[in-house]
Amino acid sequence: MTEEILAVTDLHVSFKTQAGMVTAVRGVNFNLNKGETLAIVGESGSGKSVTAKAIMRLLPKHNAQISQGGILYEGQDLLNLSVNDMQKVRGSEIAMVFQDPMTSLNPTMRIGKQIMEGLLKHQKLSKTVAKEKALQMLELVGIPNAKERLEAYPHQFSGGMRQRVVIAMALACNPHILIADEPTTALDVTIQAQILQLMKDLQEKMDTAIILITHDLGVVANMADHVAVMYAGEIVEQGTLDEIFYQPQHPYTLGLLRSMPNLSASRSEPLIPIPGSPPDVMTLGTGCPFAARCPHTMKVCHDFLPKYTHLSDSHTVMCWLQDERTPSAQIPEEVGSVYE
Amino acid sequence: MTSKLNEKQLVDSPPLTNARGNHDEITDDLFVAAPLNLALQEEISKPSVSFWQEAFHRLFRNKGAVISLVVLLLLVIVALVGPSMNEHTYRSQNIAHSNMPPKVSGLEWLGFDGKNSKGIDVYETQAVEENYWFGTDEFGRDIWTRVWKGTQISLFIALVAAALDLVIGVVYGGISSFYGGRVDNFMQRIIEVLVGIPNLIVIILFILILEPGIRSIILAMVITGWVGMARVVRGQVLQLKGQEFVLASQTLGASNARLIWKHLMPNVMGPIIVTVMFTIPTAIFFEAFLSFIGLGLQAPLASLGVLIEDGYKSMRFFSYKLIFPAFVISAIMICFNLLADGLRDAMDPKMKR
Amino acid sequence: MKRYIVKRLGFMVITLFIIVTLTFFLMQLLPGTPFTNPEKLSDSQLQILNAKYGLDQPAAIQYFRYIGNLLQGDLGYSFQYEGRTVKSMIIDRVGPSAFIGLQALIFGTIIGLVLGIVSALKHNTILDYGAVTLAVLGMSIPSFVFAALLQYYIGVKLEWLPVALWESYESTLLPSIALSVTVIATVARFIRSEMLEVLGQDYVTTARSKGLGEAAVIIKHVVRNALIPVVTMLGPLAVSIMTGTLVIEKIFSVPGLGEQFTLSILVLDYSVIMGITLFYSALFIFVVFLVDIIYGFLDPRIEYKEGGQV
Repeated sequence: MTEEILAVTDLHVSFKTQAGMVTAVRGVNFNLNKGETLAIVGESGSGKSVTAKAIMRLLPKHNAQISQGGILYEGQDLLNLSVNDMQKVRGSEIAMVFQDPMTSLNPTMRIGKQIMEGLLKHQKLSKTVAKEKALQMLELVGIPNAKERLEAYPHQFSGGMRQRVVIAMALACNPHILIADEPTTALDVTIQAQILQLMKDLQEKMDTAIILITHDLGVVANMADHVAVMYAGEIVEQGTLDEIFYQPQHPYTLGLLRSMPNLSASRSEPLIPIPGSPPDVMTLGTGCPFAARCPHTMKVCHDFLPKYTHLSDSHTVMCWLQDERTPSAQIPEEVGSVYE
Repeated sequence: MTSKLNEKQLVDSPPLTNARGNHDEITDDLFVAAPLNLALQEEISKPSVSFWQEAFHRLFRNKGAVISLVVLLLLVIVALVGPSMNEHTYRSQNIAHSNMPPKVSGLEWLGFDGKNSKGIDVYETQAVEENYWFGTDEFGRDIWTRVWKGTQISLFIALVAAALDLVIGVVYGGISSFYGGRVDNFMQRIIEVLVGIPNLIVIILFILILEPGIRSIILAMVITGWVGMARVVRGQVLQLKGQEFVLASQTLGASNARLIWKHLMPNVMGPIIVTVMFTIPTAIFFEAFLSFIGLGLQAPLASLGVLIEDGYKSMRFFSYKLIFPAFVISAIMICFNLLADGLRDAMDPKMKR
Repeated sequence: MKRYIVKRLGFMVITLFIIVTLTFFLMQLLPGTPFTNPEKLSDSQLQILNAKYGLDQPAAIQYFRYIGNLLQGDLGYSFQYEGRTVKSMIIDRVGPSAFIGLQALIFGTIIGLVLGIVSALKHNTILDYGAVTLAVLGMSIPSFVFAALLQYYIGVKLEWLPVALWESYESTLLPSIALSVTVIATVARFIRSEMLEVLGQDYVTTARSKGLGEAAVIIKHVVRNALIPVVTMLGPLAVSIMTGTLVIEKIFSVPGLGEQFTLSILVLDYSVIMGITLFYSALFIFVVFLVDIIYGFLDPRIEYKEGGQV
């Protein structure tokens, strides 16, 4: 039986802006099991990164606020931890890898020292032992000449190598959870595959759970056990990889999948884009946020937010099409038929 | 562990907070197709705001910049009107009324009480009917008139110098960067040498050659002053030239003139304006500085620097002679700096601090 | 690295040579004669004086002679003070200027750094606004206006510190404070904006995500990175201090180079004006050079390439 390690419940995050309060994350729920990978998918601005930063409590203090919800790590609500206790969690229990390896390393500090920092803080190692461990980590992530490279500065590495360093840094203290915020977006395609493979290998070796934030469904297909699809600050559908890829229920998930190129598809089959553009979270009404772009919109969608419908233990979707009052003529072929 | 149990239950039953709007109001007839018109959706998204509109918007939200702008306008108006608010001219002397302290009826509590450093009301002892608002100097010249006349001259010098810097700098920097290659290389060597010389020294040497006067002060300041503008323009143009929208326009066969006016100019405008705004207070400072070390205007003409120098000499007993011009020059400098800061922030939102 | 330094040194020599040439011929254009009260001198006396200083020669010959002497470290004789060499005058005068200049630089940098760092860490609070206001005042109020007010209120009215003259350590304080105002303002503004920029960098979030304490993040990652570019301010600061000494030494009667320079300008003592001009220019060029070298050491990203570009 899988063991749950992280549960995010009803998370709301708002930002103070010049135009007033904006709620960027509007009630997010998901669970993460030990050693598994959960992918959070969505367009830019859908609140994926904010969710990740909220888990780490790394949102800017002056304008961001977690207004509601809980983040339970091994039963402990991280939002209730003192600043000091939270620092003990960061890096040692939950670590994070950021999108751009070009900017996420301190340019004036030797990378060995940057890897050692966390070790010195969390494991109270002596400098020599920490250095030894840093060296091991560099070797583990496949940096050649690791011993010399410890003394190098970030600008002396290529992008892919830097991301390896960032991963080494994040995994140095054997964290239980690794949050990877678009870890491959800034990299070349060939390097992307290497980095993903590296993360997969290390996950097996170290039994780390991964929250993978991405907008790339190809990456998701490669890595994820579970998938959560985010739209405008809400998870509109979540389930296992198979459920999302083969039995998508939400029109947005469907749209995402249809707009993804597929090697096995015949040439004549066109890619179908989702019309319109993501909504401005400032001007969202009370209805379903996807209503404006949805090909199956009903009157009810504009003013009322649908409840979650549980299709299986793992598969949840938030859409009015699942409601029994919806006339069957309205339900498109791909949706709803799967479970009958 | 209890919290974990609670969590489980939450997942089993749909979280209530997820549903917005009162679901009791939902009636069956709402379940009919009602797709939004996509054209309508475009309307919902924000109206587009031009760069300049947005920059102005940001500028006017900056309290410091707005106040500075208002104060500057007031100072300019007073500088223009002030000298004709009484019958004195900046050069008319009246030895009988020399060294009169400032006096304004109604403002006695602020120190405008006509009392000298010993606390004696000179206006009473000398039976002077008229009030000198800012007092008089040792020749009995009205300091109010002289301060505002001086402000006029200082502002004039600064504005002309800044305008000349602007023209020369934009042309030089523009040519250097637009043509690039050997032209740029040669022009940059000249700039490097000029930058190597402390510009104050060049200014002083030129004033010595040109004989003190408004024109020579302006010329001396412009001789090195344009370099800063040229570098800003060159840097900006070089940066822009490498950007895709310029390349795209070139690819589409745009003429040089079109490139310069439609693509380069609008994008270089912001930094140019900001640089000009910083040039003005620098010029005011240099003018005052030169006057202070004795290289300024010749009496009886007065700039703020000359007045400060005069006031400084007799500061011990007649501190008001120093304080009024010092206050005006400081106010002008502060306002220009704040306005320039505000403009910079407004033009470049990334630099907003 | 060595190649780069040699190249830079070569360029410095060329720049200095151009400056010497320019100043020399500018001096030739100056009106009037350098001799005090020339109207009292007869023509024959003037001729003797001109011959003595070599002023009867064509400009080109005077120029080559000047360059020749300069290469031997000889800056010529003062016109105003009989028999005094310009070199000895500069040597006599440089001490007080250097003292108040360095004192102002050190004091101003420390205060400026503290002010700027605090204001960035307390961004958008009263503290921040206060520091920013102080910095704007310091940037805007001309140093000589500030010096005059300082002298009047602290020296004359309150009598806390000596009004002027160069007698004791106390008498160095007012001129140093007056000079440091611009330094404080410049450094504070600069470090504040650097800090704010670094605070927004991804690697600061990375450092936090490692679980480092806030103090460690600020000191090891933010302040360290923000401090490095402050070195580049040394060039402009040196200029502002040089500029400042010209008037501030006059105000506080400091027997320094700046006071000598302003005096020499008023009496048209050509050779002293030239000598001090060259001295200032050389100093400035050297400071800029030094800053580039130090910066290269501090910032690992900078490598000295063949092209000589930093």
